[in-house]
Amino acid sequence: MIPGFITQNSPALLIMVPLIAAFLCPFIGKISAAARNIWAVGAMALTSAIAFLLAFDVYSAGTRVYVFGASAINLAVPLDSGGIPIRIIFTVDAMSALMQIIAATVGFAVILYSVSSERSHSGIESYYTLYLLMIAGVMGMVSTGDLFNFFVFLEILSISSAALIAYRIDKGTAVEAALKYFVLSTIGAMVILIAIGIYYGEYNALNIAVIASRMQFTLLDQIALVLVMAALAMKCGSVPMHFWTPDAYSMAPASITAMLVVASQASLYGLFRVLFTLYNVTMNAATVGWIIITLGVLSMVIGVTMAIPQKDVKRLMAYHAVSQTGYMLLGVGVGLAVLGNQSLMDAFGYMAMEGGIFHIVNHAMYKGLLFLTAGAIFLRIGTRNLNKMGGLGHNMKYTMIFFIIGALAIAGIPPFNGFASKLMIYESVFAFNPILSIIAMVVSILTLASFVKVFHSIFMGPKLPEYENVKEAPAPMLIGMAILACIVIAFGLFPQQVVDTLIVPAAHALVNQGAYISAVLGGA
Amino acid sequence: MLWNIPFIAMVAITLIGLAIVLFKRNLIKIFLGINIFEAAVNLFLITLGYREGGIAPIYTNAPSQEMVMATPQALTLTSIVIGVATSALLLSFAIIIWKKYGTIETDKIRRLKE
Repeated sequence: MIPGFITQNSPALLIMVPLIAAFLCPFIGKISAAARNIWAVGAMALTSAIAFLLAFDVYSAGTRVYVFGASAINLAVPLDSGGIPIRIIFTVDAMSALMQIIAATVGFAVILYSVSSERSHSGIESYYTLYLLMIAGVMGMVSTGDLFNFFVFLEILSISSAALIAYRIDKGTAVEAALKYFVLSTIGAMVILIAIGIYYGEYNALNIAVIASRMQFTLLDQIALVLVMAALAMKCGSVPMHFWTPDAYSMAPASITAMLVVASQASLYGLFRVLFTLYNVTMNAATVGWIIITLGVLSMVIGVTMAIPQKDVKRLMAYHAVSQTGYMLLGVGVGLAVLGNQSLMDAFGYMAMEGGIFHIVNHAMYKGLLFLTAGAIFLRIGTRNLNKMGGLGHNMKYTMIFFIIGALAIAGIPPFNGFASKLMIYESVFAFNPILSIIAMVVSILTLASFVKVFHSIFMGPKLPEYENVKEAPAPMLIGMAILACIVIAFGLFPQQVVDTLIVPAAHALVNQGAYISAVLGGA
Repeated sequence: MLWNIPFIAMVAITLIGLAIVLFKRNLIKIFLGINIFEAAVNLFLITLGYREGGIAPIYTNAPSQEMVMATPQALTLTSIVIGVATSALLLSFAIIIWKKYGTIETDKIRRLKE
């Protein structure tokens, strides 16, 4: 049914399609606006289809290794190279496939939403170009098996997202936010490049599998670990390096904010990849695990307490995003802290990691949904200030329903997906350390309190005279939101099936360093 | 200790770049600090690629089949290109900030907080 060369080359096509589509977009835009929209949506749909195809492949047949330019696509180590992979290699395991599914789903929902949310703006060609570049960056970051490529895709992602944050100049404030984000991410990327240089100097390799198999954990490796952890924790917006998040998330167009959530999670993926695949048990996993847990708890508490007094709806949601990132760090950090101890791993370590990884998926869906609803409200009434809103529930019924779904999911109320992953985190973290679990629950309650307030001030109350004739958001925006809302509900109703099919393989792929190495180097 | 001089220089240049980013108020100076930082990283990569007595991988010129693999040089080139893109975007931000705010001093660019 599907031609063989597509299945065979899907890791390459996953990057190629959005890249080519991105750079052709300005030319297609010369023809007509409709052609450009069809082109962008079509390219994104194709990318999503390839991502799902590849993910299905990986989940059914195991890790895919794709070697660019080799005589056979999985010939990672040429016979005459002396046992070193010299070509560019993509390694797509279950964790990468999971991230691709997230990026494909949110990316598709967001581009449908953008078709009408950006309609009245100028320069849409560049918007779609940058958007597709962002998709290419995320896809590349999560599928590459090579540290330097990781850096390159990270830079593609930062440059395109910085340009998109500044896309609506808005009296200069958006540029100010983008500037902050971009200066930080450039320095972060350079710090990562220093760490990559250290690895290369020590092990003469850039391939993650080769470095992992040679890892000694010397003093230099410890320095490199600190550099990478600091830079990637900054990129995923965890406290104490979170200060760019509220600015960037609130000033970007809503559709881009939803993608920025996915971009932060790609950085989170990079962090987990480095910790689990590159170092695994060679480092002192308990200490590093506790550092990650501390970052997570700080993010949860500080994020939610900063969110409560905010008056800008998107700024408030951005602080909640910081707080939710804390849950993922907490879950996976607990798994990391007991790494290497098989009995503890079986007792609660795997479950904590599955909870953390499941929360990544859920967070991308409900947070994306919430930002999209905020964008729909902004499109119709032109303000993000909560004090100036009120009574919108009369006119924007569908948006209100989607907002309720997203808000209940983020607060961890059954039957929505946030509940499923938070319950896994509570249970397993309680077995590790009850206090952490109690903190997580309190943060969840505060999140609910905050969203009850937001819901009340946006939608409840009598119709305000100035919003008498507010219309419902246009259909493509509602469809984009509906896709995410359906996933939020489906994942909440059938969490066990999702965990078994998607999350468990991903968590095991992260923990099992040996399988990753042997997939690339063969046999070893 | 003589062979460590490039590494010491790299650390020194990194610190200079970071100090400029942290302590200068002018946006253009901050961008220059970032560029200096990038230069330090490039210097680091190039230093790693140096092999004493190695033969440059130019096939028509090499006396034997033993040649140095040019990976760090390739990395440095890529990193320079990325640096150019970064600088271009940063400077275009500075232009817009200048147009909208009339200043490029960071302590006066504070509309976001209001």
